[in-house]
Amino acid sequence: MNRLNALVIRNIKLYFKDKGMFFSSLITPIILLVLYGTFLRNVYYDSFTSALTAAGATVSDKLISGFVAGELVSSLLAVSCVTVAFCSNLIMVQDKITGARNDLMVAPLKKSTLAMSYYLATLFSTLLICFFAAAICFGYIAACGWYLSVDDVVAVIRDIVLLVLMGTAISSLVNYPLTTQGQASAVGTIVSAGYGFLCGAYMPISQFSKGIQKVMAFLPGTYGTSLLRNHTLRGTFAEMEAKDFPAQVIEAMKDSVDCNIYFFDKKVSLGAMNLVLFGTIVLALGIYIVINLISSRRRAAA
Amino acid sequence: MGNVIEISNLNKSFGEIRAVRNLSFKVKEGEFFAFLGVNGAGKSTTINIICGMLRKDEGKVLINGMDPDAEPDKVRESIGVVFQNSVLDKDLTVLDNLKSRGALYGIYGKKFRKRLKELSTLLDFEDLLKRPVGKLSGGQRRRIDIARALIHRPEILILDEPTTGLDPQTRKLLWQVIDELRRTEGMTVFLTTHYMEEAADADYVVIIDSGSISAEGTPLDLKNRYTGDYITLYGSEEETVKSIGFPYSKIRDAYRISVPDTKSATELIIRNPEIFTDYEIIKGKMDDVFLMVTGKNLSGGEQK
Repeated sequence: MNRLNALVIRNIKLYFKDKGMFFSSLITPIILLVLYGTFLRNVYYDSFTSALTAAGATVSDKLISGFVAGELVSSLLAVSCVTVAFCSNLIMVQDKITGARNDLMVAPLKKSTLAMSYYLATLFSTLLICFFAAAICFGYIAACGWYLSVDDVVAVIRDIVLLVLMGTAISSLVNYPLTTQGQASAVGTIVSAGYGFLCGAYMPISQFSKGIQKVMAFLPGTYGTSLLRNHTLRGTFAEMEAKDFPAQVIEAMKDSVDCNIYFFDKKVSLGAMNLVLFGTIVLALGIYIVINLISSRRRAAA
Repeated sequence: MGNVIEISNLNKSFGEIRAVRNLSFKVKEGEFFAFLGVNGAGKSTTINIICGMLRKDEGKVLINGMDPDAEPDKVRESIGVVFQNSVLDKDLTVLDNLKSRGALYGIYGKKFRKRLKELSTLLDFEDLLKRPVGKLSGGQRRRIDIARALIHRPEILILDEPTTGLDPQTRKLLWQVIDELRRTEGMTVFLTTHYMEEAADADYVVIIDSGSISAEGTPLDLKNRYTGDYITLYGSEEETVKSIGFPYSKIRDAYRISVPDTKSATELIIRNPEIFTDYEIIKGKMDDVFLMVTGKNLSGGEQK
């Protein structure tokens, strides 16, 4: 246990002290903030205001601001949970590149302990960053328009934990075979640049073509974003209902911001979304454990 | 003295490439053992098998009587490795590095602090503990690498080209430390190096080429077997040197005469006392041995 603790602490320290790795893991959230700060916030604000006005509803500035803030926060957290996990987990590749892995394995250390240390360190580092980001995000929502209940806050925190568990498990699988700096950079860049689109953070999935939407319905990240969006926006939708907004308008808004996700035209419930995330975590973690076991046996037989 | 490393008929292949072929040698307890070969000769493969990081195809390997394939953890506890390049975490401090590595051997808390104190005094790095490894000079970093290898008091210290790229002063300092360790702790040192003068101080030398042993013995044995002696003769004319009848070459202020061995040199001097008034007899160098044995030149970290 002390070996595992020592390795987890080492990996966490390495991640936070490697400024390049730390800041590159924050690139996607920063891109998102820049997009919202420069034009996305105004685009969403104006489009929802005009849509609601067209539907004959009168809406307060606080409600719309709270709604747009909830969308930003859900997007930000959805990408952070996964991209930070990917970059943090690159330590397993860095150890191969620098030769540190040989130095660790020349000690009486089991390969499975080392693999577990990467997983736990990534989990801890990513949770730390995402909880810190969530605290700032809640502050931002409060400044724009707070409509969240305690249950919503708890649900958002639970969503973060689920997404971080998923991001860590998938990144462990993807990073496992990487051995060179070029491969690590490529994965880091692709994930940082692409995941924001793939999970519907940069742009709601509802805005993509039907074909792409169907493909995206097979990606677990889609449901992670949707869960977060449901929980950060639930309060604003409840407020709209309380103000007698037409139910059809509210449903249309839920569709447009991916609170409602459809798997081949069938609406996916929140419970099913949770199951998808949970299943992905179990599957990815299971495969990670199996490939580590196979690798250990191969090494033993080599 | 018993054998701490016993290797017999070791074979290892990677696909079609036979990295190690029927390798057999023994390393005695407390011995300074030099393992020489050009890049790709099979040195690293052998070291990895000794450390239990790679499984052998055939043969027998015993480290302190234990088979690394059967008891890898016990074998690794008895071995410390200084890698060719520093493999410590450059962003972490010296203290953090040694703490994390010590924990891998179950050394932490009071036990760790005691060992750290001993090592930092021995290797003189008390003032470096709070500095990141990446900010240290090459020599300072090497001292920390050695401390890491010694953190668990190994019985065998494997030095894989430890001085490559270091300045002469730092190399000298490192060898002083290693000599002291051998004296005070009776540690067995297993060295691979590209600097032949370092191997000249070894108790026993094995030269491998293409995965198998080309020559082995003490440095003196090897020099006697594979090289001749040189007589450096001062204050003579070339005509006089030519008259002796042995091959020679002119150096800055003298002539270097090649003789088959020390006996021939002595006989030559006794026969020509009027010529040999100012001279010195020098044995062949390990570089010459290596060149004779492998047909390859190995000097200063480069294969030529």
